[in-house]
Amino acid sequence: MLDVVWLIPALPLTGFLLILLFGRRLGEPGAGYLATLMVGGSFAVTVGVLIDLLSKNAEERAHVETLFSWVPVDSLQVDLAFLADPLSITMCLFVTGISALIHLYAVGYMHGDPRFSKFFLYLNLFVLSMLLLVLGENLLVTFLGWEGVGTCSYFLISFWHERDSAATAGKKAFITNRVGDWGFMIAMFLGFQAVGTISYGGLNAAAESGALAESTATGIALLLFVGAVGKSAQLPLYFWLPDAMEGPTPVSALIHAATMVTAGVFLLTRVNPLLEHAADWAPTLIAIVGLATAFFAATIAVAQNDIKRVLAYSTVSQLGYMFLAVGSGAYVAAIFHMVTHAFFKALLFLGSGSVIHGMHGEQDMRRMGALRVLMPVTAITFIIGWLAIAGVPPFAGFWSKDEILLFAFAKSPVLYVIGLITSLLTAYYMTRQVIMVFFGEARWKDQAAEHGAHGDATPHESPGTMLLPLVALAGLSVVGGFIQLPFADELHVLGKWLHPVVEIGERDIHGTWAYDNKYLLLVIAAVLSIVGILAAFAVYQKRKVRAVEPVILEQAWYYDRGVSGFMGGPGRRAFDALNWFDRTIVDGAVNGVGRLVRGSAGGVRKVQSGYVRQYASALAVGVVLLLIWFVVVRGIV
Amino acid sequence: MSALLATPQPTSTWYLLLGAVLFAIGALGLMVRRNPLVMFMCIELMLNAVNLSFVALARDLGDISGQTAVLFVLVVAAAEVVVGLGIIVSILRRRPNATADDLSELKG
Repeated sequence: MLDVVWLIPALPLTGFLLILLFGRRLGEPGAGYLATLMVGGSFAVTVGVLIDLLSKNAEERAHVETLFSWVPVDSLQVDLAFLADPLSITMCLFVTGISALIHLYAVGYMHGDPRFSKFFLYLNLFVLSMLLLVLGENLLVTFLGWEGVGTCSYFLISFWHERDSAATAGKKAFITNRVGDWGFMIAMFLGFQAVGTISYGGLNAAAESGALAESTATGIALLLFVGAVGKSAQLPLYFWLPDAMEGPTPVSALIHAATMVTAGVFLLTRVNPLLEHAADWAPTLIAIVGLATAFFAATIAVAQNDIKRVLAYSTVSQLGYMFLAVGSGAYVAAIFHMVTHAFFKALLFLGSGSVIHGMHGEQDMRRMGALRVLMPVTAITFIIGWLAIAGVPPFAGFWSKDEILLFAFAKSPVLYVIGLITSLLTAYYMTRQVIMVFFGEARWKDQAAEHGAHGDATPHESPGTMLLPLVALAGLSVVGGFIQLPFADELHVLGKWLHPVVEIGERDIHGTWAYDNKYLLLVIAAVLSIVGILAAFAVYQKRKVRAVEPVILEQAWYYDRGVSGFMGGPGRRAFDALNWFDRTIVDGAVNGVGRLVRGSAGGVRKVQSGYVRQYASALAVGVVLLLIWFVVVRGIV
Repeated sequence: MSALLATPQPTSTWYLLLGAVLFAIGALGLMVRRNPLVMFMCIELMLNAVNLSFVALARDLGDISGQTAVLFVLVVAAAEVVVGLGIIVSILRRRPNATADDLSELKG
């Protein structure tokens, strides 16, 4: 199956083209099922490729499938080539798997939308781009997918573009991502200039053999990190992600939680030899940025009242954990957390979508409560997702978060302590959300009269197409952590599988204090999650303590307002000044040359008087002067 | 027979001096006269002054090249007369009393 790896992106492409041509005729639900089928087919092919790879020796598990030469320009040779190795296939597995489930869910969620088929058109295009991103064998193919997912993200966030806020959020996401894309592009140029190739194989080999200077490796790695910061919503470019929740909930689940936003982590894992040969401060910087984001976003999530915004900030926070892992040299843990996070965060988003659907579009958690009775399946699956993200053993999130914290401790105890506080906050705000939505008293009754979209204001359970993905993802959130258990080296299944890809960059923590006391750290993490849960329980369920939700946290530390204030005020003026400089100085220089030539030509023009006798006199004077020169100066007689 | 009464033998210097005088007359005429026809004749005068110098020097130096150059100048002068006179006649037909200074429509 290895040589048909191109089928993995080709199937969503087929779906995209079919819906593009026959979308209206397919209509609802035909277009949705076609899209689901195509992504499901991709998943099946991925499984085939996985089986093929598993039958080989660990060292031989990398296959490059070149389709054609894409950019043949002298020494710049870029192929449209796919790389099937443990990392890309792991990504493909969960991207296609979760995408298929979310496509199925969206068939139910988008029911009755006038642009039903267009939604699936974009979704399939997104899956295609994401698969190009992870399968690409060089930076350019990845960049094609990178831009593709950004564009689809824009289309899908502003899918309901009649709403002003959705249109604005789409633009915000796109423009913020462009800032990061700048870093990606410069990294590509720098890589080509230094190594002469932009294929991952070439770049990584150059880093390993030492052909690449340390400063260049640092430059490329950090510029790629700039790209990753934009795409994966890290400080200081995180603020587009919470606004991206304006899109339909399946989009939030698929693009803004499970897949696209993890692209940055994937990219840094892909170039781990570069990071390994970069200056020491580069990974440390990545770890600090990741951890700062994780903590910062977690504090904001504590005071949000929109059901999806809590999850959005939580996503930013969890992505911060993944960057902490990358910075600590724990690439396996980063991918591990990416996978488990994809399971439980997709589950939580789909659960919140189910709640919103059942509440007829209500998103404010202050108007929910006691929904567990009316929406039992949603409630149970959401609770499983909550336990997974809160870090309660043995659910998936516990194992992956713990592994990240273990590596963070080995790098620096300070990182570990802040990471631990963040995980406490995570447990706290997620418990708050679960209690506000599913427990307590029913606060939606007084708003009953306002809504009543279905003629009946009582929240209702969602249809089967929406519940099936919830159940499947809940199952994965329970068992997802078992692919990498810390108890024995034999249980490091994911670690062994990924080893050929990350062996250069992966840090060996055997023998450190943290590794020797890993069970102690496990217990501390578990206890702290439970403390967080109990604290939130006391505040929001028992009401023993008054809730602390300062306005500054609800307003996200005024970061958003600060950025727009700066960009609207001094930033705007700075760009106006630049504009003035461009128009007066740069354009002035160009126009000045033109004006000078025109002015001097106007003067010279007058010599051409039209009087023949004047020309004759000028000629005569010239001849005489020449004669004088020859005779007197040169001495020729 | 005294040297004074003896007929002076013309040397090539004489011819060269005559050429120079003719050339100066032609050049001066070109600069001061306004009638296009007269200016045209002045140009012819200058050309023939040069021709005279060519022939005198060719004889003096015993080199045939000077006389060859004269033939070229004659051909060019003939061609010039055809074109130049054609233009002048057509101008004078349209504007009977035109001077060279009136013909300055193409000034820059």
